[in-house]
Amino acid sequence: MEKTLRKYFPLFALPALICFTISFLIPMVWGAVLSFCEFSTITNASFVGFENYIKAFTIDNYFTSAFWFTLAFAVVTVITINVFAFALALLLTKGIPGTNIFRTIFFMPNLIGGIVLGWIWQMILNGFLAYYEKTLLSDASYGFWGLVILMNWQNVGYMMVIYIAAIQNIPSDMLEAASIDGADGRTTLFRIVIPAVMPSITICLFLTTTNGFKLYDQNLALTNGAPNHGTEMLALNIFNTFYSRVGFEGVGQAKAVIFTILVAAIALAQLYITRRKEVES
Amino acid sequence: MRKTLSIALVALMALSLFAGGSSESKGTEIYFLNFKPEIAEVYEKEVKPAFESENPGYTLKVVTAASNQYQSTLRSELAKSAPPVIFQVNGPVGVQENIDNVAPMQDTSFYGLLADKSMAITLDGNVVAVPYAVEGFGIIYNDAIMRAYCALPDKAVDIASAEEITSFETLKAVVEDMTAHKEELGIQGVFASTSFAPGSEWRWTTHLVNPVLQAEYGDRAATFAAKEFGFEYNENFKALFDLYLDNSVTAKGLVASRADADSMAEFALGQCAMVQNGNWAAAQILGQAGVKVAEDDIKFLPLYMGLDGEESKGLNIGTENYLAINKNASAEAQKGADVFLTWLYSSETGKKLVSEKLMFITPFSSFSADEVPDDPLARQVNIWMNKDGITSVDWVFQGIPSEQWKADFAQAMLEYINGNQGWDNVVATAQQAWAREAEIAGR
Repeated sequence: MEKTLRKYFPLFALPALICFTISFLIPMVWGAVLSFCEFSTITNASFVGFENYIKAFTIDNYFTSAFWFTLAFAVVTVITINVFAFALALLLTKGIPGTNIFRTIFFMPNLIGGIVLGWIWQMILNGFLAYYEKTLLSDASYGFWGLVILMNWQNVGYMMVIYIAAIQNIPSDMLEAASIDGADGRTTLFRIVIPAVMPSITICLFLTTTNGFKLYDQNLALTNGAPNHGTEMLALNIFNTFYSRVGFEGVGQAKAVIFTILVAAIALAQLYITRRKEVES
Repeated sequence: MRKTLSIALVALMALSLFAGGSSESKGTEIYFLNFKPEIAEVYEKEVKPAFESENPGYTLKVVTAASNQYQSTLRSELAKSAPPVIFQVNGPVGVQENIDNVAPMQDTSFYGLLADKSMAITLDGNVVAVPYAVEGFGIIYNDAIMRAYCALPDKAVDIASAEEITSFETLKAVVEDMTAHKEELGIQGVFASTSFAPGSEWRWTTHLVNPVLQAEYGDRAATFAAKEFGFEYNENFKALFDLYLDNSVTAKGLVASRADADSMAEFALGQCAMVQNGNWAAAQILGQAGVKVAEDDIKFLPLYMGLDGEESKGLNIGTENYLAINKNASAEAQKGADVFLTWLYSSETGKKLVSEKLMFITPFSSFSADEVPDDPLARQVNIWMNKDGITSVDWVFQGIPSEQWKADFAQAMLEYINGNQGWDNVVATAQQAWAREAEIAGR
């Protein structure tokens, strides 16, 4: 078996490797190179050194303000999504009648694409705010909380499914032992359940952090960064930089490289920290 | 056996990955990247077959970019091995964006057709972009509602028809009096929504600011060269802008939820009497489901905002539609581009398609005065262009230094509408952003 595997490995891995190289590795390396160039199409690039990186921070302060906005958004959504998802998972593993229907309903928003969700929530929230003669763009904080609501609605169901799977996998003898020892619900939750589902928490935190940072579609559809760049997140700012001025493609590219490094660093740090808290069951 | 079969299957899969691209072609291919999605079908279904049957040596390929995606589509298409040979630029700034691709056009017979040669864009002594459609914008009004207003017994302004409105003073008085009588007139507001949904701000950041730019700079060249924008006539801009906002179908606080399509629908459905837009909107108005406004009642007023001598100024007439030829395309394709464009704008078949199907008012000498599109607003543009003692306002807004300026200006206006910031912030933003963007653009 082992031998056959080794023999056929190149043959089976090759198509995937070719696709990965063509559609991921080459563009990524090329993108990094282009961030040091001035270009309008990828074939007429000329080297300009670190100029793009300097421009990214000096022309206007939208990139830095987008960073703080994105950070605040990521922190808030990571907390809210995971708390809601975990609470729902606990609730829906208690054997309440109709559990499966509720699981399906909570998961369903995840099947709708970001742009569509953005439009739908824009209509709902604007419809609600119209009562006060305001819109989502009346104030940046409306856009912020609108995005938080939208993101929760979309992602809670998905994370919930992961938590449900983990909670169902907790060996029943552990829970039984805990109840015999006289642990109350609170103690069981914090001493048994949460440590036991730690691997899932790692995954969910990782997913929600990266989702929060790389959010684009929902941001574009819901507010498009308005008012006055007050709700512009990093990914949207990068896109806008690329097309807003003549000769700013390289600057957008430089921002994209910074963005990639930043998100990778934050996600890896978070992964490292939560991994240490995982216990062997 | 199974092994050979699986290898064969894998090989087949790999092959199919690479086999996608090739296509058969006959004759020289002319690749035209079209800017206007609303007429994409006309190019595909009518222009292409007509051209190919009359010019057997060529095939025409028309690709249309999605709305608001032209520049990004163009960039990725230009990087391909078979790039578009005819593409659109939106003015001098557009030429700058595509400076590595624009070919000299002064020797083409297409350029020869242009009636007023000064309309073309030149770069270092070469003609690099030729306009193909002239458009006009102003305030579109519903004459039926205006007639109803003029027939009111207790109206405060003494006019017999909308045509007597020739200054901001009269316009303001009429609009405010109409708002007072809106129930009798059966409208929800005089003006359609001042659309400020993301992506719908362009009617204010380009068109409404145009007369102001023209008053400050005079012409296109001066606007394009301007390092600074004083926004000298900001009070005039504000006067008309406030008139739109205060006499609208939509409350001020809600404009950020209205798209330009909503505004046009409100006009088409007779909910308002006026809307600021251009002649391209005719199809949008008449195509609206349940349209209430009659074709003959759709008319134009100039943008009156109290500027000096505006009684003798007409609509804002100009173009943002220029065609350029890609100098990196093959020599045959570049020659083919000239053949195609000359055919489209001078042959009998081509001209018929242009005025009846593509609905362009063209700047070419090959078109006679009666070969204009048959839609109400195009006819109005024609009337205004030829009115005695009226001069049109050129589209100087092409000289706006970057998209970023428009975005910043729009956001400042939105903050003003929402009451978060005052008008002085709009003025300051317009000035500062212009200075910054002009410097980045290398003026």
